[in-house]
Amino acid sequence: MMVRVKLFATLREGRDKDRVYELMDGARVIDVVNMLNIRLDDVKILLLNGQDADFDVQLKDGDVLSIFPPVGGG
Amino acid sequence: MEPNKKGGKFMFGYRGTILRVNLTTGEIKKEALDKELAKKFIGGRGLATKLYYDEVGANIEPFDEKNKLFIVTGPLTGTPAPTGGRYMVVTKSPLTGTIACSNSGGFFGAELKSAGYDVIIIEGKAKNPVYISIEDDKVEIKDASHLWGKVVSETTDELKKVSKEKARVLCIGPAGEKLSKIAAVINDYDRAAGRSGVGAVMGSKNLKAIVVKGTGKVDIHDEDNLKRVVQDCIKKIRDNGVTGQGLPTYGTAVLVNIINENGVFPTNNFKEAYFEKADNISGETMTDKYLIRKNPCYRCPIACGRWVKIEPLNMEAGGPEYETLWAFGADCGVDDIQAIFVANHLCNEYGLDTISAGATIAAAMELYEKGFIKDDEVGGIPLKFGNKEAIIEWTKKMGLREGLGDKLAEGSYRLCEMYGAPELSMSVKKQELPAYDPRAIQGHGLEYATSNRGGCHVRGYMISPEILGLPEKLDRHSIENKAEWVKVFQDLTAVIDSLGLCLFTSFALGAEDYAKLLNATCGFDYDKDSILEAGDRIYTLERMFNLEAGIDPSQDTLPKRLLEEPIPEGPSKGHVNRLSELLPKYYEVRGWDEKGIPTKEKLQKLGL
Repeated sequence: MMVRVKLFATLREGRDKDRVYELMDGARVIDVVNMLNIRLDDVKILLLNGQDADFDVQLKDGDVLSIFPPVGGG
Repeated sequence: MEPNKKGGKFMFGYRGTILRVNLTTGEIKKEALDKELAKKFIGGRGLATKLYYDEVGANIEPFDEKNKLFIVTGPLTGTPAPTGGRYMVVTKSPLTGTIACSNSGGFFGAELKSAGYDVIIIEGKAKNPVYISIEDDKVEIKDASHLWGKVVSETTDELKKVSKEKARVLCIGPAGEKLSKIAAVINDYDRAAGRSGVGAVMGSKNLKAIVVKGTGKVDIHDEDNLKRVVQDCIKKIRDNGVTGQGLPTYGTAVLVNIINENGVFPTNNFKEAYFEKADNISGETMTDKYLIRKNPCYRCPIACGRWVKIEPLNMEAGGPEYETLWAFGADCGVDDIQAIFVANHLCNEYGLDTISAGATIAAAMELYEKGFIKDDEVGGIPLKFGNKEAIIEWTKKMGLREGLGDKLAEGSYRLCEMYGAPELSMSVKKQELPAYDPRAIQGHGLEYATSNRGGCHVRGYMISPEILGLPEKLDRHSIENKAEWVKVFQDLTAVIDSLGLCLFTSFALGAEDYAKLLNATCGFDYDKDSILEAGDRIYTLERMFNLEAGIDPSQDTLPKRLLEEPIPEGPSKGHVNRLSELLPKYYEVRGWDEKGIPTKEKLQKLGL
């Protein structure tokens, strides 16, 4: 299955900011985070198709996963 | 109490002196600050609202000569407390008719405290343009005829030349002189007390600027204890992901992508909530391509301010905040970050609030698109969504009140009303909403509707729990417990605004930290609960002011679009704000009756 992964802020350093990956069926969010060598502590917000998600959610073909470190402002 | 050298009182944390300047008579007085009142209302926003309400009342016309303008610091302004450089401008707003209190950073606030004053009260109206010069005890009203009409950088340069080295300048630009209802007060070139039209009240008094130089210092009740508390707070700020990494690296602009990815990034005057080209105007893009250096305020360990290369003007200057990138960007459908840099710089020069200026142009674009504004009114600069030339040229015309810019200078509500379409103004209590679509952030919508200064995100920043997960993650679509959360956030914000600290510290610090900072500085005995109660007191006082000013609780609402038209596309498609379900609970949590009026018992409990 194909999943689009978007990275933001410091997570972009040394990684593609927006890329589609071919993943094994049954892959979860945590598998993507591990595959990209992102430390779990560096992940603050996970959005799956724009809605809050967590590491255990199973991905499906066509999903868009957005991964953010801690960010804020106003 | 020993009198201080100015005739005020010696006080820890405060300088004990109010400076009263009457521009009609030219009289300058120094008065003692009431210590008990200061303790009860803390300082800054709280103290000035109390003083203003008692002296002026709520029924003054904002541009009446009898209206007064308060420039006020907090007890932590000018102390070693992290971000302790903030000050407030308090008056009655010509934009909203509510109490106005606009906060700014930079260095002016701390300098005013060094000069020996907690509050400046400006009364009356000068016959000709003037500025106020303050060098410690020496206070003079001086002619500013030669500065009238000049932009902020020219005014500031000129006044720095004739004043003591390192003097700090607060001033208005042409927008304030011309009584634009969205005019800001600007200090240190690019820091703005931006919202609610406070710059126009200053302009109505023929007051162009205040220049201040001080050599004194704030007396601290317990220096050793404060040092420990400050070290602890700085550590918390540095260790926190937002204040220690996100904001220092990318500035507030880091929000562009996360707000957009949630599908709550208002686009084309809130018609949509997802901006396809958001990354072009993001903090990541600004940092990677155009950031020259950080541009921090007084004693700030965060340093979110930006200094950028503005290519079309071939210059370097202060860069835009998140709200500004949104207002001139997505809200106007523009994805050219350099055009936004220019519009932001023009707002700083003309002295305009960037949120209201950008959002008013966005509203004008919808008026034009729908045929209300005709081609013969736009002078060859079509108000089309996505037109980068429009955001620059119409900002100039708004700042100078030229042509249709004269109507834009009144803000989006009055503009849309003139064309018979007030529902196209995305505002609350006539003040433009900022950069978060409340249709899919329920608590934040309640915050907009109940903000005491009209449409505003920094009266109780519910984005923090509902989007950013701080201090914990709430479901943004749920209405459960949101009334309680909004109240706590609003009360805590009132405290921070009164202390003289930056709201961004609250990503890392809590009520207990603020109480410790205040107690070590002033020798008070606040704790977590009593400091939040002080925030409640301040919030409720502002509410009482607004009610007396004729701001009916029916105005605790949102634009019809956000209550009735679901978000059409994107990750938050299909949602509207459920305000009618949230508001009754909020009134109850506040101790207000079902009509939204604070009960006698509540007022008594708060000592009001």
